[in-house]
Amino acid sequence: MSDLTRISAAALAEKLTAKEVSSVEATQAHLDRIADVDGAIHAFLQVSGDAALATAADVDARRAAGESLHALAGVPIAVKDVVVTKGLETTAGSRILEGWIPPYDATLVERIKAAGLPILGKTNMDEFAMGSSTEHSAYGNTHNPWDLDRIPGGSGGGSAAAVAAYEAPLAIGTDTGGSIRQPAAVTGTVGVKPTYGGVSRYGLIALASSLDQAGPVTRTVLDSALLHELIGGHDPRDSTSIDEPLPALVAAAQQGAKADLTGVRVGVIRELQGEGYQPGVLARFEESLELLRGAGAQIVEVSCPHFTYALAAYYLILPAEASSNLAKFDGMRFGLRVVPEDNPTAERVMSATRGQGFGDEVKRRIILGTYALSAGYYDAYYGSAQKVRTLIQRDFTAAFEAADVLVSPTAPTTAFKLGEKLDDPLAMYLNDVATIPANLAGVPGLSLPSGLSDDGLPVGFQVLAPAKADDRLYRVGAALEALLENEWGGPLLLKAPELEVAR
Amino acid sequence: MSTLVDYDDAVTRYDTVIGIEVHVELGTVTKMFDGAPAGFGEEPNTSVTPVSLGLPGSLPVVNGKAVEYAIRIGLALNCSIAETCRFARKNYFYPDVPKNFQTSQYDEPIAYEGWVDVELDDGSIFRVEIERAHMEEDAGKNTHIGGSDGRIHGAEYSLVDYNRAGIPLVEIVTKPITGAGARAPEVARAYVQTLRDLFRALEVSEARMERGNVRADVNVSIRPTPNSPLGTRTETKNVNSFRSVERAVRYEVSRQAGVLDDGIAIIQETRHWHEDTGTTASGRVKSDAEDYRYFPEPDLVPIAPDRAWVEEIRAGLPELPAARRRRLQGEWGYADAEMRDVVNAGAVELIETTIAAGASPAAARKWWMGELARTAKQQEIELAELPVTPTQVGQLQKLVDDGRINDKLARQVLEGVLAGEGDPETVLVARGLEVVSDDGPLLEAIDAALAAQPDIAEKIRSGNLGPVGAIIGAVMKATRGQADAGRVRELLLERIGS
Repeated sequence: MSDLTRISAAALAEKLTAKEVSSVEATQAHLDRIADVDGAIHAFLQVSGDAALATAADVDARRAAGESLHALAGVPIAVKDVVVTKGLETTAGSRILEGWIPPYDATLVERIKAAGLPILGKTNMDEFAMGSSTEHSAYGNTHNPWDLDRIPGGSGGGSAAAVAAYEAPLAIGTDTGGSIRQPAAVTGTVGVKPTYGGVSRYGLIALASSLDQAGPVTRTVLDSALLHELIGGHDPRDSTSIDEPLPALVAAAQQGAKADLTGVRVGVIRELQGEGYQPGVLARFEESLELLRGAGAQIVEVSCPHFTYALAAYYLILPAEASSNLAKFDGMRFGLRVVPEDNPTAERVMSATRGQGFGDEVKRRIILGTYALSAGYYDAYYGSAQKVRTLIQRDFTAAFEAADVLVSPTAPTTAFKLGEKLDDPLAMYLNDVATIPANLAGVPGLSLPSGLSDDGLPVGFQVLAPAKADDRLYRVGAALEALLENEWGGPLLLKAPELEVAR
Repeated sequence: MSTLVDYDDAVTRYDTVIGIEVHVELGTVTKMFDGAPAGFGEEPNTSVTPVSLGLPGSLPVVNGKAVEYAIRIGLALNCSIAETCRFARKNYFYPDVPKNFQTSQYDEPIAYEGWVDVELDDGSIFRVEIERAHMEEDAGKNTHIGGSDGRIHGAEYSLVDYNRAGIPLVEIVTKPITGAGARAPEVARAYVQTLRDLFRALEVSEARMERGNVRADVNVSIRPTPNSPLGTRTETKNVNSFRSVERAVRYEVSRQAGVLDDGIAIIQETRHWHEDTGTTASGRVKSDAEDYRYFPEPDLVPIAPDRAWVEEIRAGLPELPAARRRRLQGEWGYADAEMRDVVNAGAVELIETTIAAGASPAAARKWWMGELARTAKQQEIELAELPVTPTQVGQLQKLVDDGRINDKLARQVLEGVLAGEGDPETVLVARGLEVVSDDGPLLEAIDAALAAQPDIAEKIRSGNLGPVGAIIGAVMKATRGQADAGRVRELLLERIGS
């Protein structure tokens, strides 16, 4: 077991800068780890070892030549398969894109490549990011490194599991209703959904355009800040991208690590606790609040009454947008094409391709969304949902007058067993009850590990901040991380069982 | 199947109401939502980016120039410009629509509530009320292979070219046009023509009908009297020439009158125009029309044109075609009919430039509406497409005015210019066509002609000037037309001492 896979991205970056290790060594160590454990975890859909090593060798050569490099240059990274990567198969977890090699890079991938981070491969996910367990992937389940019989969360279960299993120090996730934060919570890792518009969506295969946001998946808060600063910032190719500089995120994380929160007002959202939340989840949440109080934070209770309707509104807006975004998958220009034997008109090819190419959950949401947008139903469904969305935004605005950050458990429960909720979509949807409001309002959110529940599985703690104040997430997140690790005597992941090594 | 009613008969019993939707492709450098070139005639599927192909992950960005052009059109049509407006998605599956939705403006157009005055053939003015002008993107182009006439029916397979997908369009929708009565077909044609001229004057589009830069959908309904409620309308799609617009309205009036005469109700439907037969045929019935499931485009933010910018655009609008035509007609002294011919031939700019190059208005008109119009007609091209510039025509006329060539030689010089031999001066020198202005050779030719026709010479000497033409003709022939006939006459009369 190589040490290089166990240390944080920040620590690895320091070793690379100091030339204690090469990027080729660090990248090879992670590729070896993938070879060792990914048979059991199945975090990766594609491993791009040769390309990663080529990037690593290039970075090593540039470093040797004295070139000034990005702080994370040479640190390997995994990318969720919903993000398009030039020349590297991108499927979004769907059969309908099997074998599709994109001819272009997402903006965030361009930035990763420009900074010299070797891309280890593409991570598994629920098909088109629809799900909370990664069980809706067309390419098989990903297993939670804490317990291989359990889900790694979703939709970005692959990225979270890869980071938790030391297969990658950094990963990219996307979060439409919690797909970064909920997997982080159930795998004992850190995940951040930036402010909507904070990271370019250009090159993310869209699920719901008004909700989607890419962000970092890491093992430490500081690592997330480093990655967030790399991928974030204005992109003229995304009209919804914020045309302002990012706040100083790394500096906020470093300040937070000093664990002094004097004067910081932390608002506890009344509606995101109690019924439906596992007792162990609530207990860890309360303990974390005490630690924050101990660090000087002022804990206040806030009410966001319309959060009760968030899930219902979300499951109208998301399917509506998705039904339109997914229309382009029709077998005409790229990806799977199914040609029926009898009378293969364009319409019949489209129908056959979509019938075979999409999984059940995708079809369910396309049907829901098509219905919600239909003439005569639009006002009652999509229209009403947008009104609820406005009310939720107002709830946030009011709450942020009373508090600098808001907090809640990230997910109501720890990781459930594979298959447990597969036949009960509503139960599955409820996993995201605490994460969805941030997407509806466009505000940023972070999840970090806050301990183990009674079942010995990780629990996540969510921090929410006002739009464009992502720095607050990092300050409070890093403070709580420092306080908790002080209690635990190290990162929570040290308590995870060692995985069997295949070799 | 009801029979057609003669148009003149139909309009005695029915009142026609029309409505016209005109799509114009904007002449921007790039497409509506991406950086692909918005050109014409490129190899199929080369003017594309991930955005115009609708590849997964791609996102639209609004072309600011297209918004400016749309505002220009809106202002020229006396519309209000929206303080804020949005794009929406019009969802429908068709292979030429790469995303399977068209990004278009739906309930929030950039320009609304305007009007435009249309000049009819007799010089009278008809005001058309504008409902809205909105922005959208064009679709790709399907080619069906293996069937008859390139139609999808019976085709073995189809090809799609996405070069046109994403070209910016502005769609202009009229309010129902009432009060045109029997002249509705003419109003429809004149309206589309007026818009075409407007687009060119505004420099927002080349507006070439034959390239499909301007396309019209024509709605027609008829009713017993102007006071009756509106009848059921049909929409005839993609009528792509002025003449066809007029014919399509006439045809629909005749057809609908026949249907109503038989006591049958008009079906609200989309109809297709058949240029070859001059008829429309039933397309899809509107009651089965797809539900487009419009909703606001979440990948774009609302457009809120700054008021100062709108005013800047307004201040920068060029003189509009109608006003300009009135001014030029006055300056050039053309009769109404002459001016109309010039306008209809698309020769206003050509004549203007020719005049600027030194020709008189009468001479400029003579060239463009005479010799050049005939040549263009023979070659079945537009005047502007002839390989001669208005400046060259001006130069040609100057050679005539300076007496260096006569009209006949001028036509030969023009022939040379059209053949690509260069400017008029170059052609004149190269072909050796200059008028012989040296009297010596002319006198020699006169003497020779007189000697060759002694009878005529005698008559002239005796004071009978009737046959001088025969001598002049002989001289012209001898000098291969390069003599100034007037000068030959002068010299001849001097020579015989009369």
